[in-house]
Amino acid sequence: MADIILADISHSYVAQPDPSEYVLRRVDVHFGDGEAHALLGPSGCGKTTMLNLISGLIHPTSGQIRYGAKDVTRLPTRRRNIAQVFQFPVLYDTMTVFDNLAFPLRNRGRPDSEVKKRVGEIADLLELDSELTRRAANLTPDLKQIISLGRGLVRDDVAAILLDEPLTVIDPQRKWQIRRTLRQVHEQFRHTSIYVTHDQTEALTFADRVWVMNEGKIVQEGSPDELFRRPEHTFVGYFIGTPGMNILPCQLVDGAAMVAGQSIPLSDEVWQQARRDQGSFEIGIRPEFVELVAGGDSTDHGQPGELSVTITAVEDHGRFSIASAELGEHQIKAKLTDRVPPAPGQNARIRFAGGELHLYRDQRIVCADEPSGDHRPAATPAGGN
Amino acid sequence: MSKRKNNRAWFLVLPTLIIVAFSAIIPLMTVVNYSVQDILGPNTRVFVGFEWFREVLRDAELHGAFLRQVLFSLAILLIQIPFGVGVGLLMPRRGWSASLCLVIIALPLLIPWNVVGTIWQIFCRTDIGLGGAFLDGMGVDYNYAIDPVDAWLTVLVMDVWHWTPLVALLCYAGLRAIPDAYYQAAQIDGASPWAVFRHIQLPKLKNVLIIAVLLRFMDSFMVYTEPFVLTGGGPGNSTTFLSQFLARMAVGQFDLGPAAAFSLIYFLFVLLFCYIFYTVVMRPDDAPGS
Repeated sequence: MADIILADISHSYVAQPDPSEYVLRRVDVHFGDGEAHALLGPSGCGKTTMLNLISGLIHPTSGQIRYGAKDVTRLPTRRRNIAQVFQFPVLYDTMTVFDNLAFPLRNRGRPDSEVKKRVGEIADLLELDSELTRRAANLTPDLKQIISLGRGLVRDDVAAILLDEPLTVIDPQRKWQIRRTLRQVHEQFRHTSIYVTHDQTEALTFADRVWVMNEGKIVQEGSPDELFRRPEHTFVGYFIGTPGMNILPCQLVDGAAMVAGQSIPLSDEVWQQARRDQGSFEIGIRPEFVELVAGGDSTDHGQPGELSVTITAVEDHGRFSIASAELGEHQIKAKLTDRVPPAPGQNARIRFAGGELHLYRDQRIVCADEPSGDHRPAATPAGGN
Repeated sequence: MSKRKNNRAWFLVLPTLIIVAFSAIIPLMTVVNYSVQDILGPNTRVFVGFEWFREVLRDAELHGAFLRQVLFSLAILLIQIPFGVGVGLLMPRRGWSASLCLVIIALPLLIPWNVVGTIWQIFCRTDIGLGGAFLDGMGVDYNYAIDPVDAWLTVLVMDVWHWTPLVALLCYAGLRAIPDAYYQAAQIDGASPWAVFRHIQLPKLKNVLIIAVLLRFMDSFMVYTEPFVLTGGGPGNSTTFLSQFLARMAVGQFDLGPAAAFSLIYFLFVLLFCYIFYTVVMRPDDAPGS
């Protein structure tokens, strides 16, 4: 087991790439030893490429890959001692399930007694005991994938386990169960695990650290909570959360953000930071932190920080509802849990929960606390509380 | 649905039925018809029952031809299948070299069969042929027109040259159809090249190889043109295979009855072999493993 370090990695599948032909662009990543990591991002953002670079199935155009202190950039997969589970199950279908699970161990010349013991343990863990003597042909897709997963887990000395969207073919009910098993396996063996997915639930439930990727770059790294509370990039705000963050373009005027002619006060620190540079500004607020002001309508101006909106639609999700509202020409969504939802067409007043409003300059967060570097929420609206 | 409508559907099958009738059923029935009659002239024929079948099966010369034929087909399969798989494995997977390879390998398949025979007939002559003269110059005592062993070897080499490309191309197509994920998984699992071949490539080639074996068996079992042009069946009878024997009987001696009887036996044998082979190799996949 080891740290996995990608230093200044760029990769293109083209031999003499144009700048636009890179799938990974100068990525620096440090996957800590024994931690569960998730690479989260939309399709085509370079997640799988990164995984294949780590396992050595492909080699980077430039940059260095290290396992701990050891440079493995040019080593072939066979010499990297790494496990990888692919998106679609790969089985050796002339062998039995047992032989499939034993294959990675036998290839490395492990004694029979050890093979038997390890395969037994893994079969126990994945509830495959009753299948071991079957031939690995004509199985259901999810059983196939569980066996593939077992082949990834069977070696206990791997540097890391790489999981490439392993639950794609598994049906939803089993998915939940296997996700839990994966987490258990991680807690039991403490392998460095890297889990690639475009599904935020999978990423956030599996991983200690989540790396959000977009267009060949890491946009933010953090715990699930950090990504939710304080997206450093509007993409993270948008990509994580259901629905994603409300991102509204704004102008800065006298310590406040102006959206559609209405003013949202900013904290002094954010204002001081923001006014230093030009750029295009946006405010971001999660739907969870948009509150309806009781009894408010748009005829009076209300308290500072309260905004007049027109409700356009309400989706009932059972335990909560999602209200869409028009704020000038912009759309804003609110996740409401504890009240009778407003009716579409109604005018209402909203405000933003304290500490949850962020200001973005050119899509990057404007931090009030850069010098101190602690993780207190950066932008605090002056009003609203 | 009414019954009338159902009957109308037969009209849709009719074109196929007519084509199949003319291409297969009628000729076959003609042969069956011949096989049970002694044809003495255009209008004189006598029903003889299974007499021709009995006679043909007792013919010692035919036994010899049959034995040679089995030996030939067996040798062809044993050489061409492994060799073809090997060539398929060695062919480059992509790039211009792959296209070039495909063209070169497909070349023998594009040459008319009697031309193949002629090419080798000349190539192997010791006086003017490049190959024959070379062997002669090396001091090898080689002459396919005189020595039965030399004739056999020449026929075998010619057939390998002519038909291994087919096996190779089939295998190549089969290999290309294996998803990359299998090779990647094998790398991750630390599989040796042999293990990759044994556990991924060979199982995935199974269906392709079944086709290759069937095609090569049927073709080699009915081989006619090339040996006929190359050796004319000689020296002696040493390279006379079943087709040539049959042609001599039917066209050369005009023994239509025995020839028809033998044709049917020939046909049923090929059919039977293919059927047995196919059923044996296509056992259900989920038989319990060891």
